[in-house]
Amino acid sequence: MCLAIPGKIESVSGDDPLTRMGKINFGGILKEACLAYVPEARVGDYVIVHVGFALSRLDEDEAQKVFEYLKQIEELGELEERSAGVPPAQSG
Amino acid sequence: MKFLDEYRDGELAQKIAREVHRVTTRPWNIMEVCGGQTHAIVKFGIDELLPKQITLIHGPGCPVCVTPLEIIDKALDIAARPNVIFTSFGDMLRVPGSATDLLSVKAGGGDVRMVYSPLDAVRLAEQNPAKEVVFFGVGFETTAPATAMAVYQAAHKQLKNFSLLTSHVLVPPAMEALLSSPNCKVQGFLAAGHVCTVMGFEEYFPVAAKYHVPIVVTGFEPLDILQGVLMVVQQLESGRAEVENQYARSVRREGNQPAQKLIREVFRVIPRKWRGVGEIPQSGLGLNETYAAFDAEKKFGVTEYHVDEPAECLSGLVLQGQIKPHECPAFGTKCTPEHPLGATMVSSEGACAAYYRYRRQPAPAQK
Repeated sequence: MCLAIPGKIESVSGDDPLTRMGKINFGGILKEACLAYVPEARVGDYVIVHVGFALSRLDEDEAQKVFEYLKQIEELGELEERSAGVPPAQSG
Repeated sequence: MKFLDEYRDGELAQKIAREVHRVTTRPWNIMEVCGGQTHAIVKFGIDELLPKQITLIHGPGCPVCVTPLEIIDKALDIAARPNVIFTSFGDMLRVPGSATDLLSVKAGGGDVRMVYSPLDAVRLAEQNPAKEVVFFGVGFETTAPATAMAVYQAAHKQLKNFSLLTSHVLVPPAMEALLSSPNCKVQGFLAAGHVCTVMGFEEYFPVAAKYHVPIVVTGFEPLDILQGVLMVVQQLESGRAEVENQYARSVRREGNQPAQKLIREVFRVIPRKWRGVGEIPQSGLGLNETYAAFDAEKKFGVTEYHVDEPAECLSGLVLQGQIKPHECPAFGTKCTPEHPLGATMVSSEGACAAYYRYRRQPAPAQK
């Protein structure tokens, strides 16, 4: 029910902040969404859309953090393996 | 698709799962609040990647499932009337009321229409001035801004033939109701990312402190859920009970202010009955006095309706995390998605339907 999916704003129509609409591209499928709740969103931004309403503008920097975190735990894991004297995996 | 596919990477998921294994030393019960998360967990088998000590309890976070029987009966009553166009999201159409469901009312000649957005219902009201158009406003805080906007625009356009049958519910009061129950097994929460996209997460700080539970605002993709679990486990293992935000690409601490403003304009907080759970104080939204003319219950005189829930459906226990869906005697026999006894089997986000679809016990091997 709370399903909301990310899409890219292709165009914006209307000047009234309460009825501003956008054409949103969801992986090739275009749908209209109300932009009243994301006054800061512009063409090219990604927004999360639920039942025809954009609820937030996605933050690219924050979106990267999960991958940075993964890199960190990977490096930590390698460090621990090395300090525990685990020999590097042999191929073949 | 950007912001979607990269969060479904199987190898990365394994990496986070390994980290969860590494930090887990004891058994922990973690509840995912939202039905969308339950669906993803069961669909992608995320629970099967986790250490045996971690139990995921599926929370009450499906608005379709918790809509009380009497409101469904009110919807059925209104939808069957002549001159009414009854509009609803698709997931409500098959939810069983006491005697029938909306799809059957439609089959019997009622004008029941599925809409994608509440604004579609407003448009229908404009296009059909001689008809009464009713929208079935069901949902959590995620959906409330959309419903609020429909009512607000209808008022602005002075539409006399639009009304709202509302069953909006609020998540934090339900979490508190669960936590204060003596049978509560929940030690940490994955809070619902889209609810928090609208509402922010300020209101969780007192809950985390009062009940000493970690609450991590979490997204809906496999990597989001796994990272959310990891963050909760890290807190539990180190004795912390804080509010953290895993889903920061969408959720800001203060939430979506314009959306909250319109919710407050149109709605007020009221007590609400949850199917399978009972009444929870301050857990729902009803129309403000200013918008009372749009209240379908008053317009169609259906305010007095009291219905008891069928005893053989144990969805209340499922919704509270007391039993797993397959532990209900009716699961998969008397109760299936084709003939559901309760709403947890109807909605694709209901825990019972998710288990039925993705976790059917394999048939015994033939010898």
